[in-house]
Amino acid sequence: MKHIESRQASHGSTTSYIIGFVLSILLTILPLWLVVNHVLNRTALIVTIMIMAALQFLIQLLFFMHIRESEKPRYNVLAIILGIVFVITIVGGSAWIMTFNSQVQ
Amino acid sequence: MENIVSHHTDHHEEHEAHESIKIDGFWLFLVSDVLLFGALFATFIVLRTHYAEGPTSQDLFDVKEFTIETFVLLTSSFTSGLATLEMNKGHVKSLITWLIVTALLGATFVGFEIHEFSGMVSEGYKMSTSAFLSGFFTLVGTHGCHVSLGLIWMIGLIIQVARRGFTPVTERKLSIISLYWHFLDAVWIFIFTVVYLIGVM
Repeated sequence: MKHIESRQASHGSTTSYIIGFVLSILLTILPLWLVVNHVLNRTALIVTIMIMAALQFLIQLLFFMHIRESEKPRYNVLAIILGIVFVITIVGGSAWIMTFNSQVQ
Repeated sequence: MENIVSHHTDHHEEHEAHESIKIDGFWLFLVSDVLLFGALFATFIVLRTHYAEGPTSQDLFDVKEFTIETFVLLTSSFTSGLATLEMNKGHVKSLITWLIVTALLGATFVGFEIHEFSGMVSEGYKMSTSAFLSGFFTLVGTHGCHVSLGLIWMIGLIIQVARRGFTPVTERKLSIISLYWHFLDAVWIFIFTVVYLIGVM
């Protein structure tokens, strides 16, 4: 019995998958609608849709990949946070330095 | 019931611990894949506006096509989650059914991407046309390769589960492929946003 309980606890329920799916659909349609209808100015639009992408990424980690429910020392959480720090540094740094493009040329 | 459980516990728990280490190991692989895609995203962002004489992203991207692609992959991520739930309940047949649905949706996604890529190439817009297209084909193509590889893996696993049923080993493999599949959808969210949405803006 204990075995079965622990298995179910670590893989979520139908409800959590449906919540994750519905939220993901909303967070896909909303940025698409914003972009197609040019609702905001360019910078605000980019910031808004990036935030929505990050939110959807978080939702997938929590509701689909059940990252919170892994076993005690959560090395996987630490590892993925470290990975995300690296990616933000590499991607954000690259994007930032390219804004100086016109000054250098 | 109590007796049978305790009888198997020692052996079983040892085995489970072993399998769960492999799942942790797979998380580390996913983190290394995060870094791979991070590097490709950085490259794409740097080269994004370097069209040379080639087409711009507005010329190339079709809103309807990439929206359908996105929803097909998102739905396949959901159905692979449903497959995991069936595994928890111990239903082999419905697990296999959901995995087949997932694989079909994955194949549809790859089909759309092949259609998109071959359409571009047939118009003469190749990887060598511009820096933008080099970055685009590398980033989106690497993701497409991951999905294709996942498809082959999933088909193999369907066959294995159909033959052996649920064992600690097949259950671990099923957990891992569902993690992999959700991860690919998570990467696609950023391709959808950074490459396609910002591209047609």
